[in-house]
Amino acid sequence: MSALAPTVQPHMPEGEYGEPVIQLTAARKVYRSGTIEFEALRGVDLEIRQGEYVAIMGPSGSGKSTLMNILGCLDTLTTGHYRLAGHDVDDLDEAELAEIRNKEIGFVFQQFNLLPSLEAWRNVELPLMYGRVPSHERRARAERALERVGLGSRLANKPGELSGGQQQRVAVARALVAEPTMILADEPTGNLDSVSTRDVLGLFDELHELGRTIVLITHELEVAQRARRIVWVRDGVIADPAETARAIGHAGPGGGAAA
Amino acid sequence: MNWTETLGTSWAAVRSHGLRSLLTVLGILIGIAAVILTVGLGLGTQKDVSSQISSLGSNLLIVSPGSSTDSSGVRGGFGTSATLTAADATALDSDVNAPDVAGVAAEKSTSLALEANDTNWTTTVTGTTPSWLDVRSRELVSGEFITDDDEASSAAVTVLGSETATELFGTTNVVGQTVTIDDRSFEIVGVLASAGSDSSSNLDDLAIVPLSTAATQLIGGTDSASVSTIYVKAASDTQLAAAYQEAQTVLLNLHSIGSADDADFTISSQNALVDTATSIYQTLTVLLTGIAALSLLVGGIGVMNIMLVSVTERTREIGLRKALGAPPWAIRRQFLVEAAILGLTGGVLGAVLGCGAALLLPGVIGSSIVIAPAAVALSIGVAIAIGLVFGVYPATRAARLAPIDALRSE
Repeated sequence: MSALAPTVQPHMPEGEYGEPVIQLTAARKVYRSGTIEFEALRGVDLEIRQGEYVAIMGPSGSGKSTLMNILGCLDTLTTGHYRLAGHDVDDLDEAELAEIRNKEIGFVFQQFNLLPSLEAWRNVELPLMYGRVPSHERRARAERALERVGLGSRLANKPGELSGGQQQRVAVARALVAEPTMILADEPTGNLDSVSTRDVLGLFDELHELGRTIVLITHELEVAQRARRIVWVRDGVIADPAETARAIGHAGPGGGAAA
Repeated sequence: MNWTETLGTSWAAVRSHGLRSLLTVLGILIGIAAVILTVGLGLGTQKDVSSQISSLGSNLLIVSPGSSTDSSGVRGGFGTSATLTAADATALDSDVNAPDVAGVAAEKSTSLALEANDTNWTTTVTGTTPSWLDVRSRELVSGEFITDDDEASSAAVTVLGSETATELFGTTNVVGQTVTIDDRSFEIVGVLASAGSDSSSNLDDLAIVPLSTAATQLIGGTDSASVSTIYVKAASDTQLAAAYQEAQTVLLNLHSIGSADDADFTISSQNALVDTATSIYQTLTVLLTGIAALSLLVGGIGVMNIMLVSVTERTREIGLRKALGAPPWAIRRQFLVEAAILGLTGGVLGAVLGCGAALLLPGVIGSSIVIAPAAVALSIGVAIAIGLVFGVYPATRAARLAPIDALRSE
């Protein structure tokens, strides 16, 4: 494999990275529906350090979406502990979780999730608005973020006037604008053609070079291989290195989804 | 997210569904218009009644021939029989029998053509006594009123209403001029000051002549002693009831009638006018208040309904905003403000409709409607409050949406 090939060491980072950003310990998540219980996460330990570029992979139903919701502070654990950038997330209420999401996490979604009625820069400034940044400062920062993703000329365009790739770049700008601790991307290329996919992944590479922490959830091996580390989730747990290597091998280069 | 931004966002949401928002606020619109009309009608009625009372004098009793209550079915119609005479008026003026009566004026009226300098004008010619001026609380702009001497000698003198004078001569400065009434020449001795008009007649278009002159020269009829109306002025407002009793007793005695139920005359007071006006106003108030309350309730439910639709439609947006860091209170505030804007829109449109109707309706229904700025402001406030109250449930529902469920929705 090339020098860019990711490590398959799933639980712990290797090498030169900084302080831990994500520390997940014995994480369990149980969903109840009436009398039926479903254990989506069955004891997950995971550490991600400042500046890492990690891909979380796994077949559907493996628990990777649950993991993404936990990491994104969109949901809380049933048992276990989650520390994000020094905050204990387990005991926070809705409003406190909202503030953590606002300050520490930049989301990129598969469906872009831009508000169609707002111009690009207004979409980008949303996290700043909820972060109570004064309005004169917001516009400047939103413009800078859009320039950063190469959309300096499309500030005033509404999402409907932009291509899919451009929309996703607006979403990346929105994820960057509040300078969050980590960028959490959920299938960011799932709705993009191959050109736009390359475009957005290139952007992630650049951000990684600049020292950003990036966590990418995907089921596409090609996409995951752009990351420096792959975490393979199966049946609610993180697979060991050997199994991860095997799973990636099975998916094969260019094999796409590991169903 | 500060208030300005919340307002901007919510206003954009309301505007993006213009027609839907308009239909939603229809109930509130009608309710607010009804409130403004109710208050306006109430104030208008008060104004009408008080101007009517001031134009006639609040302590005035009006004695008319005939009976307005026809329980036995034998007496003649109201105002048609000639059962009142000048003698009745004289009797009512007695300090012994009617101590609470301050003044009495009998009237004998008919419509006649007046002519001066080839100009014709038909008006009400009223024969009455010198006491009329005081009893009816009127004043003169120039000249004098008819005197006891005029009355005694059946003099051919007249006092004109200001409008009558203007119609005939083009000016009210006509004292000393001559006017022809029914082919007889009358000298104009005075002109009445303007008093406006009440509900039934123009108080400025009339010609006053001495009662005796009217009886003998102008209004013959079968009984020259009969009069059409006797005005009785009580000494004060508080003595009105006593004056009423005295007048009734005097006239019943004089007409040799045993029971008030069989009276061949009717005594009415300004209170009766007030009562009629008030009862009409109360009926309208109950009706309009009912409409207003129902409309506002329906309007509120409409706002709640459309807000629930709006929350459902925008579940994904809510999820996104929450993911980006919107705390629950910010989401709640956004939807509450949206509901309040709907209420405000309904309130403002309702105020416009109400004020428009208040300007146009008086010409149709004949009673004045006063636009009270305080009532308009207050009802717009009420409309906003309705939006807020009925917006609480949808907004709370939006605030409680779990971000993951919201993001996942299509």
